[in-house]
Amino acid sequence: MNFFLQLFINGISIGFLYGLSAMGFVMIFKSSSVLNFAHGELLALGAFFFLAMLTWVKLPVVVAFLATLAACFILGFIIERFFLRPLIGEPLIYVIMLTVGLASMFKGIMLLFWGGNLQTYPDFLPAFLGIEWHVINIPPVYTAALIIGIMFLILFGLFFKYSSQGIFMRSVADNQKAALSLGVHVQRVFALSWAIAALVAGMSGIVLGIINGINVHDLSAIGLKVFPVVILGGLDSIGGAIIGGLIIGLLETFTGGYISPSLSDVVPYVILVIILMVKPYGLFGLAEIERV
Amino acid sequence: MTDTTILEINNISVVYSDVIQVLKGVSLVVKRKSITSLIGSNGAGKTTTLKAISGLLKPENGRVTDGTISYDGAAIQNHAPEVITRKGIIQVLEGRQPFKYLTVEENLIVGTAVRWREPYKKDLEMVYNYFPAIVRRRKMLAGYCSGGELQMIVMGRALMAHPALLLLDEPSLGLAPMVVREIFEIIKKINAEQGTSIVLVEQNANMALQISDYGYVMENGKVVMEGAARNLVENPDIKEFYLGMGASGVLKSYDDVKSYRRRKRWL
Repeated sequence: MNFFLQLFINGISIGFLYGLSAMGFVMIFKSSSVLNFAHGELLALGAFFFLAMLTWVKLPVVVAFLATLAACFILGFIIERFFLRPLIGEPLIYVIMLTVGLASMFKGIMLLFWGGNLQTYPDFLPAFLGIEWHVINIPPVYTAALIIGIMFLILFGLFFKYSSQGIFMRSVADNQKAALSLGVHVQRVFALSWAIAALVAGMSGIVLGIINGINVHDLSAIGLKVFPVVILGGLDSIGGAIIGGLIIGLLETFTGGYISPSLSDVVPYVILVIILMVKPYGLFGLAEIERV
Repeated sequence: MTDTTILEINNISVVYSDVIQVLKGVSLVVKRKSITSLIGSNGAGKTTTLKAISGLLKPENGRVTDGTISYDGAAIQNHAPEVITRKGIIQVLEGRQPFKYLTVEENLIVGTAVRWREPYKKDLEMVYNYFPAIVRRRKMLAGYCSGGELQMIVMGRALMAHPALLLLDEPSLGLAPMVVREIFEIIKKINAEQGTSIVLVEQNANMALQISDYGYVMENGKVVMEGAARNLVENPDIKEFYLGMGASGVLKSYDDVKSYRRRKRWL
């Protein structure tokens, strides 16, 4: 029972991170119908940037964290402005191929600067975040992931529900033509979606980097996990992305704990295939015929 | 162009995808604070004319290839919709096009996109005053509203932008006659109280001409007839082709079916 509880909490914290980065992915898809294949690289970039801020610039942890988030946000804007905007009006497949190209480019840059070895952050999380109770032992980083995950979720929930910009973003996702007719700056909404997606990806990258260590290939592979997550939740549902993330996170940790750690990477994809056979539009997706 | 003119379209041609010519030299003038109707059969180019004004041709790969559209004395043809809406021209699209997954009130808030830094509480009140029927639906998803309510939502959302020129595309589409009457009364009221100039595209020519000051009849991408609305209503051709009455002014009936059809003399 205790083991179960421990796995459960670990799974939930990892799941929140998956869900949040999948949320960024879904946002881009919803507003501009673009599948972002560079999502894993954005995640890794966030992790490495944080590493650079900590070890090279030697900023305090909190400042480094905020600086990383800001840098990721700006990076998202830059990607939209310089790489995607010139392709507006071109067939969607060009844009999607462009994101594949961006992925290779980012990977190359990271390998150039940091190499392919596993790196770790200096230990900075305060010990009081860890929970020890009977045999349950939750490392501080999982608690931190949980707190950050929930915080971001609430923040974005409030942003989308109550702020004007958030409502404009949802209006573009809902009916782009009508949004245009009311003067919503659709390109600005695209840019903002990319910026927020990059920010959230970077944040997840940092936390996953603390858990697993920082390595270009591993982190970008984790980024690929957004695919089972979003397909599970439905490509066009932000809430579905979060729930899909939680499910995949839990499945992974339970498989790792009860069956074998080496299976934990495979199970999400197995579940994905099963879900696609039963519910082709995901658990919360809309049954619309607009797929890539 | 005089001060009393808010919009002047001068001989525009519109081409979609570089090959399909839809408008072939349309000219029209909209007077400030007036209601101007565009009537005509399907495919006459009424909607395209509105889209040429509002800049919404662009996403559909259409372009004004010839002629000018001047609004408040400045040329606006082929400008982006983000620019044109900020000058005060808002189009209400045909077929209503609500944001289905947003609540009614959120739909209205999107209307403030052109001036989103300003407060909008008063404008919400103004819109609910014009459309009391949607007040109790405020917190509901727009996708669940009825056709009449949706029409009120999309018109209300356009009003939130404080338009100087409102382009209404078929507000009566698919609505019950009673609701159509209500909508048209509200259009008239908005025009009178807010001083909004309105261009009204309608199949329901009778209703449209009743509340309009001036009317244009379009056919095959051209304006074929124009005149003060009250004169158009009396015109025998208009009566026959667009108002569904015999030339004498009484409703057509099978009793007096003629062996010949009246010809459209302008074709």
